[in-house]
Amino acid sequence: MLSVEGLEAGYGGARVLFGVSLEVAAGQLVCVMGRNGVGKTTLLDTVMGVLPATGGSVTFDGRDVTRLKPHERVRLGMAYVPQGHDTFPQLSVLGNLQVTLEASPHRDPAALEAALDAFPKLKPLLKRRAGFLSGGQQQQLAIARALVTRPRLLILDEPTEGIQPSIILEIEEAIERLHASGLAVLLVEQYLDLALRLADRFLILDAGRVVRSGEAAELNAPEVHRLLAV
Amino acid sequence: MEAIVNQLPIGLSIGAVLLLIALGLTFTFGQMGVINMAHGEFIMAGAYTAYLLQGWAGGQAVLVALPVAFAVAGLMGLILERTAIRHFYGRPLDTLLLTWGVSLVLQQLARDLFGAPNVQVQAPGWLQGGIGIMPYNRMFILALAIGSVVAIWAYMNRSGQGRRMQAVMQNRRLAATSGIDTGRVDMRTFFIGSGLAGVAGVALTLIGPVGPALGTYYIVDAFLVVVAGGLGQLRGAVIAAAALGLLNSYAEFWSDASLAKVIVFGVIVAFLQFRPQGLFVVRSRALT
Repeated sequence: MLSVEGLEAGYGGARVLFGVSLEVAAGQLVCVMGRNGVGKTTLLDTVMGVLPATGGSVTFDGRDVTRLKPHERVRLGMAYVPQGHDTFPQLSVLGNLQVTLEASPHRDPAALEAALDAFPKLKPLLKRRAGFLSGGQQQQLAIARALVTRPRLLILDEPTEGIQPSIILEIEEAIERLHASGLAVLLVEQYLDLALRLADRFLILDAGRVVRSGEAAELNAPEVHRLLAV
Repeated sequence: MEAIVNQLPIGLSIGAVLLLIALGLTFTFGQMGVINMAHGEFIMAGAYTAYLLQGWAGGQAVLVALPVAFAVAGLMGLILERTAIRHFYGRPLDTLLLTWGVSLVLQQLARDLFGAPNVQVQAPGWLQGGIGIMPYNRMFILALAIGSVVAIWAYMNRSGQGRRMQAVMQNRRLAATSGIDTGRVDMRTFFIGSGLAGVAGVALTLIGPVGPALGTYYIVDAFLVVVAGGLGQLRGAVIAAAALGLLNSYAEFWSDASLAKVIVFGVIVAFLQFRPQGLFVVRSRALT
């Protein structure tokens, strides 16, 4: 479904990604791991088109999307939840969902209902301004907003970072349910145990290159622990 | 006492014109961060639109000109955004120089097209006269400003387009990755912001002559309104525009035009010492 070939990207003169390749098959959950600063967020930004690729290609559903703008990729069925539980702070929770729904190609109100069903705790908060929610609630809203577009691939950047433990569990369960329902997920995650529970496959980045990849079960290998140790 | 009362309609209508100009700037400067010095020339374009329509619509030119001037000034803004400003997002100083240059070119263009001397636009017959101290033409300007505020508020908060505009202003990157075509929203924002300058220009024809430098008299004050009101804040702009309009006209009445400017600038500098962020600030947890 998603196929990344030899992707290169960076900021100005500083190259961050050196030929990263990865595959996400339909319905698969692939976890990207690695220490801080190895290029995980850069990888997701480039896959989504927020950052231009300076080399390589991104193919989604057999279509080359390397040069498409982010909103065009959303229309094809990719959805991105960036790091830091971003919302539109001055819009209400409902407004955050509506604005995404109105920009999506199908504009089906049922998609909004379905997104709220995935995060029922948002239902009593619909009229609240998103900027006043707690970090965990904002993260739930961020994922719900991505779901409103009815994606076939969900890209999540550290959805549990800086979130209180009780809500981490809820978010983990929600991701698990979405994955179980057939949604393909590309996930950046720092917690090894969470990756172990959720992922089908994993890949580890180091200094902008894929240094290891495999089935989730192989994540427990000592060599993997060494690659992730700070 | 009588002087205070007599000066009130002048102050309020100047405030209303400033508000119309500042509303446009709230879009382009307050929300997109673009310092568009050519905004003043969109005012001038709106005023000349009314002047040109006079030959065809006669005494009703002002009414006909309102939507036409909105479209004319809006299109000028759209062209400027697409051809030039868009390449300079995030570089405020370059934008400032660029749009200043465009502003000078447009002024000279107006001089070539319409001549350097001021021209007059005939106000419609039903705007002659007034009630008590309040002339109809100044009441009309006030109503126009109030109507515009209400319309913009409704557009921003009740329509899908307005919601998308807010989303782009609040988090451009997130808007793009949420599926919003940010380039299109930018175009729309510029069209509306510039169009409002055209409407302000039509309003100005009711209270004075039209000349190539018309915009330059108001643009600085309008920027002050936006800064003093708080960037991108509708109600801040309303209060600041009314205050500035009144302060301007009273200061001018009790001293003279140049000293009045000194007083107004002095008051605003003092005000910004206490509230550098303006009257109203956006409050939220996720301010970045």
